[in-house]
Amino acid sequence: MAVIVEHRYPDTLHPLHAVILAGALPLFVGALLSDIAYARSYEIQWNNFASWLVTGGLVLAGIAIGCAAAGMFRAVARTRRRVAYLVVLVIAWIVQFFNALMHARDAWASMPGGLVLSVIGTVLVAIAVGLGFWTQRDGGRP
Amino acid sequence: MRMSLRLPAIGLMTAALVACNVAPQPVERQYGAEPDLPQPHRGLLPNMTISTPADWGDRLPEAPAGFTVRAIATDLGIPRQTLVLPNGDILVAEGRGGYAKPLKPKDVIAGVIKSRGTTSVPSGNRLTLLRDADGDGSYELQTVFAEDLDAPYGLALVGDALFVANQDAVVRFDYQTGQTRASGAPETLAELPSKINHHWTKAMTASADGRFLYVGIGSNSNITERGMTAEADRAVVWQIDVATGMHRTYATGLRNPTALAIQPGNGQLWAVVNERDEIGPDLVPDYLTSVRDGGFYGWPYSYWGSHVDDRVRPQDPDKVASAITPDYALGSHVAALGVDFSAPVMGPEFADGAFVGMHGSWNRAEPVGYKVVFVPFRDGRPAGDPVDFLTGFLDWEAQKARGRPVGVTVDPRGALIVADDLSNTIWRVSRDGAVPSVAGPDPESGEEDSTPATDESPEAPADR
Repeated sequence: MAVIVEHRYPDTLHPLHAVILAGALPLFVGALLSDIAYARSYEIQWNNFASWLVTGGLVLAGIAIGCAAAGMFRAVARTRRRVAYLVVLVIAWIVQFFNALMHARDAWASMPGGLVLSVIGTVLVAIAVGLGFWTQRDGGRP
Repeated sequence: MRMSLRLPAIGLMTAALVACNVAPQPVERQYGAEPDLPQPHRGLLPNMTISTPADWGDRLPEAPAGFTVRAIATDLGIPRQTLVLPNGDILVAEGRGGYAKPLKPKDVIAGVIKSRGTTSVPSGNRLTLLRDADGDGSYELQTVFAEDLDAPYGLALVGDALFVANQDAVVRFDYQTGQTRASGAPETLAELPSKINHHWTKAMTASADGRFLYVGIGSNSNITERGMTAEADRAVVWQIDVATGMHRTYATGLRNPTALAIQPGNGQLWAVVNERDEIGPDLVPDYLTSVRDGGFYGWPYSYWGSHVDDRVRPQDPDKVASAITPDYALGSHVAALGVDFSAPVMGPEFADGAFVGMHGSWNRAEPVGYKVVFVPFRDGRPAGDPVDFLTGFLDWEAQKARGRPVGVTVDPRGALIVADDLSNTIWRVSRDGAVPSVAGPDPESGEEDSTPATDESPEAPADR
């Protein structure tokens, strides 16, 4: 029996876009872990780490937003999922930007706000990464 | 990486400033023994207004009637503190210190923004001597007394020893009256805590009997954000034995004691102290206080006595309970960097009290400071509101600063010497009709008779 398989254009991120997007996540996760360490130990160095990690994550996530926004100009890539990915990533970036400002406060003034924003922001980034990498496969289950 | 955070940060600043201005209730009393202390608060961005430099042009700072202002030295290498020598010569300590590297992205951004409000000339790292030989009020000699110092700040003369507080050590020069050039390289009397040197200025004065030097050592952070280990031997005043160089900690918890002075008559040590930032435009008042032997003044755990600062972890309730409330608030963020006691030669209105030089604010939407005030005293204690003595440093409309006062020194001939580290100028505010400034050993004409001196040596209040 003949099966008609409609081959789709492979809907994956450009490798550079993918590397940058994937790189942002561990930075934000690292910031979250550093915040937890600071909150538990009062050791200020964790707070410094978190501050730089959030900043680094913002840079990578910012470039990923640029890539994703550029992709919106290609009609074939303007899928509902890609739009959702961009929207969630932008929201995550804004949350993490406020998180960076919170981390710019001196000593314990960055807590507990910095920890709360790190949790929310990291979850949002993780969702964005999931949306970005999730692709519809063609063919059936292996 | 730097730009990506900096540009949006600056873009949002205006919005944040507006938001921050609405929140706090107006504070009525910013100075005196019982200042109003609102609740601490801070927006997502600190309040920042940087007054960028402007030229003086034809203008001069404005003094009260009966006083004349002159620029007696210009083109200096960041003048900070001055010392009037027994023959009327003036020594100027010039330089910029600090080894603190940016620790967080915030420091990178704040450093760029704040540097727009300070001078861009290189650090002088030297002492300049000014002389008015003919007594016409114009200091025709401007010469380098000593160079290759490391951000000199505090100055004190004890007998024939000139002590200079570099940012890392107190050094000693031999000094003979009339000398215009140091006779050699200085000897080190005592090393000072200098790691990081977030607050690098080492204020200094000599005790009335000339046995001790008091040195102010500022904290290594705003509020412990560099960790508590960085704060060992910081936010303290040291007492150093002039003969041996041995030191002991005289008082603690003084966040940044930027100028010290000995009160004439009773020999009491006083300090002006710069308090912490980033908890609101009306917190925490900088202050003028007598410094008690063994006293703890709150930093970092609390401010203005026992007002706990929640940004410090771990907290220390015992220390908070022992914190001394300072004597006299000067206003939040004014950045008091100079203090000297007055003398009757300054005229009846300014005879009893202390002059305070205020460098001016950055952490406040509406600038404050940028002037020299006079705090009147009665019975040896501050009494009454501060009086503006020298103003005109800030161009309010353009929000530009023409100058920023630092050290203030009373010249026993009837003048106030003000160092201005923005326009790199020394201002002399002389009282009209006071004994003219003459070189030669004819000093202290009006000063000593009203202050029952406890000491024998006329030069003893060596920060003069």
